[in-house]
Amino acid sequence: MHIPDGYLGPITWGALWLVMIPVWIIAARKLKKDLKTKNVPLLAMGAAFSFVIMMFNIPVLGGSTGHAVGGTLIAIVLGPWAALIAISIVLIIQAFFFGDGGITAIAAESFVLGLILPFVGYYVYRLISTNADISSSRQWIGAGIGSYIGINTAAVVAGILLGLQPILHPAVEGKFQYFMYPISISVPAMAIEHLVLFGFVEAIVTLSVVRYLQQTDPSLLRIQTKAVSIEKAGGVSA
Amino acid sequence: MNGKTMKKLWIGIAILIALTPLGLLASGMAWGEWSSEELQEMLGYVPDGINKGENLWQSLFPGYSISGLEDSFLQSGIGYILSAVIGIGLIYLVTIALGKFIAKREEEKGNENS
Repeated sequence: MHIPDGYLGPITWGALWLVMIPVWIIAARKLKKDLKTKNVPLLAMGAAFSFVIMMFNIPVLGGSTGHAVGGTLIAIVLGPWAALIAISIVLIIQAFFFGDGGITAIAAESFVLGLILPFVGYYVYRLISTNADISSSRQWIGAGIGSYIGINTAAVVAGILLGLQPILHPAVEGKFQYFMYPISISVPAMAIEHLVLFGFVEAIVTLSVVRYLQQTDPSLLRIQTKAVSIEKAGGVSA
Repeated sequence: MNGKTMKKLWIGIAILIALTPLGLLASGMAWGEWSSEELQEMLGYVPDGINKGENLWQSLFPGYSISGLEDSFLQSGIGYILSAVIGIGLIYLVTIALGKFIAKREEEKGNENS
């Protein structure tokens, strides 16, 4: 779901910068309130984890490849706003240093992989794991299902963004300027490979780490619930 | 959270870094991330915007490769691992710096169970 420069026309990538700038500001404010300094190294580790698992390209039928993202995992541990920041940092470094994803498309990619993916994944996880004990199997089941739905929703949104291009920028003399396939092709293409393969890879990665944390250091899965309960109890002494 | 877990998780990431060359075995591009050569083959032309987009930015390590380390699978593998180390180093530094800047500076009261 890295979108190279020139795949999206200026209307689309421009609009997504306009959407993402305020979203990043909101995220920074949320983190100012909720992210403790002692959890910053954990955030950096989450971003590092996402970066490294994205390097494991997996082939899918038809000669295409894809990979897991790990956004829902970061959201489960540190919250969806933290995941947005971590994934956005990863995408910026990938675009500038490794040519993976375009510079103009950084906002569009952050929208898809940093906003849609972890938020959908996290809230599905919350829905399944609400009131479940930290050691409950609902934790890792929720993590698996949430991350699967999260990455698939992101794939569909990416397909829509790409498929909008031939509508926004129709072919001139038989040649398209930007992305060329319509939504009727791009959405199924993106959805199918994630539904049958990459979604399961993402789910296995996410639920394995959640299970590992349940068994070795459950306090890592309590950061979120603790933040919520402290807020309810009337704030932290500062 | 305790330091031991963090150490274990970083070891896990180090193992993943060492295994990244497995990701090179899949040779195809992701759907919708084709290069201009591939598009030329697929469509018979390269969309103008994509052609321009490709030349918009020259990254230092294109496709996680390191120049001079591209002649064999072993070399690309080493380049890929180095790219992972460089990428993670940069991401770590940026996240820590940003975190220092925005995270809540609370007085550590020692009321955590770590």
